[in-house]
Amino acid sequence: MKVALLYTRIRKDEKLLLSELRDRGHEVSKVDVKRTSFDLGDPPADLAGADLALDRCMATSQSRYAARFCRHYGIPVVNDPETAAVCSDKVRTSLALDEAGVPTPDTTVAFDTESALDAMESFGYPCVLKPVVGSWGRLMAKVDSRSAAEALVEHKATLGHYEHKVFYVQAFVDKPGRDLRVLATDGEPVAAMARSSDHWLTNAAKGADTETFAVDDRVADLVARASRAVGGGLLGVDLMETGEGYTVHEVNHAVEFKALDGASNVDVPGRVVDWLESVAAGSGHPEEVSA
Amino acid sequence: MASCIQCGDDVSLHESVEVGEIVDCGTCGVELEVVGDDPVNLAEAPELEEDWGE
Repeated sequence: MKVALLYTRIRKDEKLLLSELRDRGHEVSKVDVKRTSFDLGDPPADLAGADLALDRCMATSQSRYAARFCRHYGIPVVNDPETAAVCSDKVRTSLALDEAGVPTPDTTVAFDTESALDAMESFGYPCVLKPVVGSWGRLMAKVDSRSAAEALVEHKATLGHYEHKVFYVQAFVDKPGRDLRVLATDGEPVAAMARSSDHWLTNAAKGADTETFAVDDRVADLVARASRAVGGGLLGVDLMETGEGYTVHEVNHAVEFKALDGASNVDVPGRVVDWLESVAAGSGHPEEVSA
Repeated sequence: MASCIQCGDDVSLHESVEVGEIVDCGTCGVELEVVGDDPVNLAEAPELEEDWGE
């Protein structure tokens, strides 16, 4: 098959995929979206004739639009732009998960500072304030007091992009020093790891320690439902243990897996390419998006 | 081997370098993007943006 890999930067994740695709004899065309323009007519040369487009853009804005153009040109794209739109927006993710009955942390969205402060007072402290678009644990705030909350909302309202005036407030989940990342293809777990840290943020990008995690039936069920809720595809589903079960706090549509590839015994790029081949052959079916 | 566009010193590259990959200059520390591989051509890497991630 001919695969067009759309990218912002080529990270280790993309190198693993490129190597796996080439080793299997697939033709790969790399599309640097920063240096490519997309019009309403024909696809750009590097995309033309592709059996499958693989959106690996790091920039959410690039990912969302580039994937949509791929679909406009009639090129199957992983992930689907609707999935990207839901996953890249924490509000839409929360709504999709809740509508699908997937446990997710209690969340309130407010549009001005007083409403945001009311929401945080209602949750009590600590609570969490997150940007609606963002990743790698950046700009996440664990809010420990009223005075910290006041300072944070003032800063966001004064300094931020308009999206920072959408205050996404969430209950603080007292997790046991770790969270879980499950990489899944259309809801089927490929590999999983636990990410541990003394810090409240346990992102691998923040330097958390990683170890393989054996997916049990409850996690597998939640991963399948979370995947379906956002439209399926190649996803990184993040869960926290609550003591009584699990809660899904994030679904990543541009999932990085180099840490997972190192932590688990699974050939992650191999399994991902197996699935990409099935999608290109038409045996992988996009799922409905619920929000 | 290529030259850093910032400090001019040599930048070592591994065999499997890919266009689009980011390499660090060992001398001045600047991040460089590989924009061509035959011959190797380097440009200053774009700054990390707020919407980058996974």
